[in-house]
Amino acid sequence: MGVNRSTPGTPDGGPAFVTTRLDAVVNWARKYSLFQYPFVTACCGMEYMSVNGAHYDQSRFGAEIPRFTPRQADVLWVVGTVNHKIAPVLKRVYEQMAEPKWVIAFGACASSGGFYQNYAAVPGIDRIIPVDVYIAGCPPRPEAILDGLLELQRLVQEEGPRGIKGINPRQMAGD
Amino acid sequence: MSEENKPAQEQAGEQQAAAPQKPEPPLTRLLRNNFGEVVLDHHDQHGDETVVITRERMLDVFSFLRDDHRCSFSLMMDLTAVDLMPRQPRFELVVHLKSIDLHHRLRVKVPVSEDSPEVDSIRDLWIAADWYERECHEMYGIKFKGHPDLRPLLLYEGFQGHPLRKDYEKGRQQPLVPLRPVTERYNYGETFHPVPEQPAPGGENK
Repeated sequence: MGVNRSTPGTPDGGPAFVTTRLDAVVNWARKYSLFQYPFVTACCGMEYMSVNGAHYDQSRFGAEIPRFTPRQADVLWVVGTVNHKIAPVLKRVYEQMAEPKWVIAFGACASSGGFYQNYAAVPGIDRIIPVDVYIAGCPPRPEAILDGLLELQRLVQEEGPRGIKGINPRQMAGD
Repeated sequence: MSEENKPAQEQAGEQQAAAPQKPEPPLTRLLRNNFGEVVLDHHDQHGDETVVITRERMLDVFSFLRDDHRCSFSLMMDLTAVDLMPRQPRFELVVHLKSIDLHHRLRVKVPVSEDSPEVDSIRDLWIAADWYERECHEMYGIKFKGHPDLRPLLLYEGFQGHPLRKDYEKGRQQPLVPLRPVTERYNYGETFHPVPEQPAPGGENK
């Protein structure tokens, strides 16, 4: 986005018009209306609730509205341990989301399996579905979660949709 | 009195004085009086008793514990097993009972051999045991004779082996969804960084 100051503006010297590209505007709109699908399976859910509540107030970033159907969601929040029994459900939820879509791995278990390196737990949900942002912590502090959300907003603004089926556009271009 | 007998008598007397026979706690005594040799071992701590009984007559013992007015164990609190490998018999079924009327508790252990890991189901005495026995069955591979439905409870159909047995390989996983290879992760604003090759969980490509 750029502000054009070369032409005469308003009487007080402010900008007369703004030039931009369509995708920059669309991405700007996207990043402030990230409807979420919370896939909450474990204790990280408590921190998630805290962030979504009034105190930390996720709605400041336009990302508070949960959609309990994946078809209306933009961001999949995977909050908590995912085990092999529920992995098919997670994969199906992800596949039902419409493009563009993003995934946040919330906490140590979702990111890597955490300390559950055993017969039950998936060693990181990126072994099942592509992940955009990993938030560390067991559980993460609300500040870390908001940081992860801002990271996702930056990603949405700068890179836009992540290509088909979560393949990174840069990766496709061979960068 | 000969020289040979005298020390022996004294010895016996000393032993009695040094370690007076501790009276059996009440529930153990009750079970011993009614079932005799069925009680293999016992101990008690802070008034909570533990008895070890034989597998063959466990149903009789459990029925007695539930129905006798001196026991009146109306609540089955917990049922699980322990893998004591390499000790023989390898498994031990552990049942915790509580009497709500009489305010006492009892832990009953039943040794189970590795060759025939089968015990009688106590589900018909306490319906609460139903899911505990299903869990115990999938985790330890102990069969419960008389249980109507031993489907997996926490695990899924097709899971091979029993994960809480000591000889289940620690990292062995049996995914339902094939795991994607993850070769690199992307640091936004920076660059790709390679992900060290994950050790394939045992049984991943079963």
